[in-house]
Amino acid sequence: QVDLTSHIVRVLTSLKVENAGSEPVSKVLLAFPNIQAKNLAAIRAFGTEGKVKGLSSVLPIEVVEPSGVPPELTFFSASLHKPLQKGKILHLDVLTVFTHFLQPFPEEITQADSQLVVFQDSSHYLSPYPVKVQTLSIRLPGGRVESYTKYGNTKLVDSELKYGPYEDVPPFSYNPIIVHFENNNPFAVAKELIREIEISHWGNVQITEHYNIVHGGARLKGEFSRLDYQSRPYARGVSSFRHLIARLPARAHSIYYRDEIGNISTSHLWSDSKKTQLEIEPRFPLFGGWQTTFTIGYGLPLQDFVFSADGKRFLNITFGSPMEEILIEKLIVKVVLPEGSKDIDVSAPFPTNQWQEVVPHWTIDN
Amino acid sequence: PRPAPRADETLAQIPPPRPPMAAAASTMLESLPAPLLRALRLKTKQQELLLRVSALALIYVLAFAVRLFSVLRYESMIHEFDPYFNYRTTLYLTEHGYSEFWNWFDHESWYPLGRVVGGTLFPGLMVTAALLHRLLRALSLAVHIREVCVLTAPFFAANTTLVAYAFGREIWDSGAGLVAAALIAVCPGYISRSVAGSYDNEGVAIFALLLTFYLFVRAVNTGSLAWSLAAAFGYFYMVSAWGGYVFIINLLPLYVLVLLVTGRYSQRLYVAYNCTYVLGMLLGMQIRFVGFQHVQSGEHMAAMGVFFLLQVFFFLDWVKYMLNDVKLFKSFLRITLTCVISVGTLALGIGTASGYISPWTGRFYSLLDPTYAKDHIPIIASVSEHQPTAWSSFMFDFHILLFLFPAGLYFCFKRLSDATIFIVMYGLTSMYFAGVMVRLILVAAPAVCLISAIAVSATIKNLTTLIRSKSKSPQTTGKTTGSKAAAKGAVDQPLPFQHNVAVALLLGAFYLLSRYAIHCTWVTSEAYSSPSIVLSARGHNGGRVIFDDYREAYYWLRQNTPTDAKIMSWWDYGYQITAMGNRTVIVDNNTWNNTHIATVGRAMSSYEDEAYEIMQSLDVNYVLVVFGGVTGYSSDDINKFLWMVRIGGGVFPVIKEPDYLVNGEYRVDKGASPKMLNCLMYKLCYYRFGELTTEYGKPPGYDRVRGVEIGNKDIKLEYLEEAFTTSNWIVRIYKVKPPKNRS
Repeated sequence: QVDLTSHIVRVLTSLKVENAGSEPVSKVLLAFPNIQAKNLAAIRAFGTEGKVKGLSSVLPIEVVEPSGVPPELTFFSASLHKPLQKGKILHLDVLTVFTHFLQPFPEEITQADSQLVVFQDSSHYLSPYPVKVQTLSIRLPGGRVESYTKYGNTKLVDSELKYGPYEDVPPFSYNPIIVHFENNNPFAVAKELIREIEISHWGNVQITEHYNIVHGGARLKGEFSRLDYQSRPYARGVSSFRHLIARLPARAHSIYYRDEIGNISTSHLWSDSKKTQLEIEPRFPLFGGWQTTFTIGYGLPLQDFVFSADGKRFLNITFGSPMEEILIEKLIVKVVLPEGSKDIDVSAPFPTNQWQEVVPHWTIDN
Repeated sequence: PRPAPRADETLAQIPPPRPPMAAAASTMLESLPAPLLRALRLKTKQQELLLRVSALALIYVLAFAVRLFSVLRYESMIHEFDPYFNYRTTLYLTEHGYSEFWNWFDHESWYPLGRVVGGTLFPGLMVTAALLHRLLRALSLAVHIREVCVLTAPFFAANTTLVAYAFGREIWDSGAGLVAAALIAVCPGYISRSVAGSYDNEGVAIFALLLTFYLFVRAVNTGSLAWSLAAAFGYFYMVSAWGGYVFIINLLPLYVLVLLVTGRYSQRLYVAYNCTYVLGMLLGMQIRFVGFQHVQSGEHMAAMGVFFLLQVFFFLDWVKYMLNDVKLFKSFLRITLTCVISVGTLALGIGTASGYISPWTGRFYSLLDPTYAKDHIPIIASVSEHQPTAWSSFMFDFHILLFLFPAGLYFCFKRLSDATIFIVMYGLTSMYFAGVMVRLILVAAPAVCLISAIAVSATIKNLTTLIRSKSKSPQTTGKTTGSKAAAKGAVDQPLPFQHNVAVALLLGAFYLLSRYAIHCTWVTSEAYSSPSIVLSARGHNGGRVIFDDYREAYYWLRQNTPTDAKIMSWWDYGYQITAMGNRTVIVDNNTWNNTHIATVGRAMSSYEDEAYEIMQSLDVNYVLVVFGGVTGYSSDDINKFLWMVRIGGGVFPVIKEPDYLVNGEYRVDKGASPKMLNCLMYKLCYYRFGELTTEYGKPPGYDRVRGVEIGNKDIKLEYLEEAFTTSNWIVRIYKVKPPKNRS
């Protein structure tokens, strides 16, 4: 099932794997074409053994290069917790997230046009194993669908496009499909995000985030007319976006929103006991290819994020950005620790580049 | 502990010079319970010192705090136009260091000429801010340079109150000093240029100006070399900070001349002036922008002339002393004077003729003759702060000081001394200049405050003396108080209500002063604390509506144009575009090249195709105009347009002002002249404006500033296209299309 409703492509693959061989298997190979693998942002596999869907567990995944396979493919292997015996069945859910997958076409549009994007994939599940039965469903954001590749059993119902079912597909079969459709969701891409997490033992965790945001969709060509934008914002300027929403932790305080030349007064804040929601509006609406930079900052109570045990202190804080539906190309997280901190140890759920600096304070950069 | 003399007894005999605030505080002190009072009891002198210091500290804080309205109401930001340049240079200075700053060639302004920044600015302000920043950093306070810049002016204004106190004490007494400090702390004429965020040269220069004057007067009063040296350094700081130092270098010789003429020449004056002048001149030459002007420019010649005159005077004095023969001396005097005058005239004549001594500049002329700029230099006359001052703005900026000023002059003349002569001269000359140009009210403000303080202090002192002598010892009026008061007392003796009248007058004085304080706070909060970058208006439901269009446009330029893009706009916005938009501009607020500005003026007032050629020759990529027709923001480019025409026409006779007027009237509606309706500025401002309804019940294309429906609603642009317009249409940016391919 492919979700194309935003500019980030989320694919959830539900596999029912059967060990048809004689030996027990401890690994399952997942294949992606190189073009897709390049844009792969995250991959996560959950496995459940047996017939009943029980508690699923996260499987470790690594890149492998098995021999005797086409070089255009990249392989990931999910290691099972215990080997799959002959004839047994495993339910495997693979969640993959792709960025920069949707190509705007045409690449340049005027203010009045809405943005059309192209999605390319295979209607067959690309796998090194033979596939018995397979379907593909693609969820579109609604609106106009310019064109899509039609095969015998293709259906477009509302905003859902269905391919299949296909039966007995041989290994490595690739059946290209192209979907050309309207997608006016904000293509917010953060070229770079620098998060600074400064811990002060006066009881505050200060977070400062420097964004450099660009509209990654189809570039604006020709004039930008404020008159059109003002009088008919939905018809003229439909491809642009003018605000972003950040979900901050519930007890965030002293929130500010500014850029290099001063405070930006267009922002709104709602908060309840669960979360604090900050809606920020850049100084100008972002059309395709336009960019802006800004900084948001907020303080968090120390006791919510720093715990102490065994004479050591642990900071447990989220790595990513609080922004919704935003794609971050380069993320730098700086953790500024109090002066004199030692025995610094970092654990992150994925590989990172780390280095330490001593500039006025101890600083670890991830 | 030793029993101290009872304070109230001593007070009754010699009333110490105390300001009203001190009197109130001392009554409070006396109302404390007895044992506590005994422990706290100080000698009168100590008491007075304590009160004086605490009053001064309060004034210091007040002067700083009253200037923070804009920070509280808006944010910590730089205001207006010029401060943005100062901020940009300060940023450069802190980032690149001093020698880089000194050698900085700015290619982002005056394209394609560029500007040698290090050699064409007064570095005093930037260096001061950078040093303060470094000091704060050294104290491990992690402040951004912007905050330092924003608060520099209030900080120096607070320091000015201290100088005013010292100056007031020097020319009158410490009471007058305290009053002067209090008056200058809130004087609107000074606040207008020193609120937080107004990061301009004047912010530190008024401090430097007053300091130099104070040190010089001090040097004249004491005849000490050390004070003269200090005055020279004060002068140096002033030279490094502001072009207004020319006022000092002309006022000091004038003062010396007046003292010579009135026969008040003394050895002290000789030492003070010579030391200050020679050292000050040498130090001033170290500033690159000033360079050798002290010996080469006409504006500085008066100081040099007086310097030589002093030497001759001293020499003659010596000869007179040595000769001891009146007749012989007279003939000697005649010969020397003839020689000196002829040599001086000859030198001046040769210097001027050979071009070694430059003649007076236009700005200097326009100061001496208010009508000069209007006829000869439109670029100076076009600036609103260079207009002659209206009475209302005098009233607005000085309030009661305007009435106290003549009273203070009266007191000064009654007690003539070297110092009072100085303050009188400073007051009179600066008042004249304040009348010539609005912005020079600033220079007059300290003098007016000081002179008014003398009036207030002297009056209140007389009145309190009267009240005290009446109530405490009605018989001994003549003995205890001064002869003046005694004479007054003798005259006033028959009047039965003298005491009551004095009390009433005192209350009246307090009432006036409190009105002054209220007025100042009101003016500061309403008129002088708006950053002019962010506009605010009252919405129909009473809430505040903020128009942040300028920054919206500048930030758009910064983010969404190529880094080497050249922006053409009228020069007012040049500094802001380079500082906030970080893009190259054709002209900016440093109006050093009139021709270049005239070229832009010509482009703006030509038809689109002619303008396109000019813009191509200047490599212009974007054109920025400011337009207030939607919001009713009146200082926009259409209202400035006639100045563009005038300045453009001053260099390029193709542009003729009458072409844009109809019967001498400037209009934009249907009756406007065809040239006006089709010139570039009109087209850019009103492009597609004809389709917009701005007010209910008005036709589309109704300009809310001019109050008319525009005359040309069907504007087609051929060589430009709209690139960005801010949300309230205040700033509109157009992209210049690349030349068409030849087929």
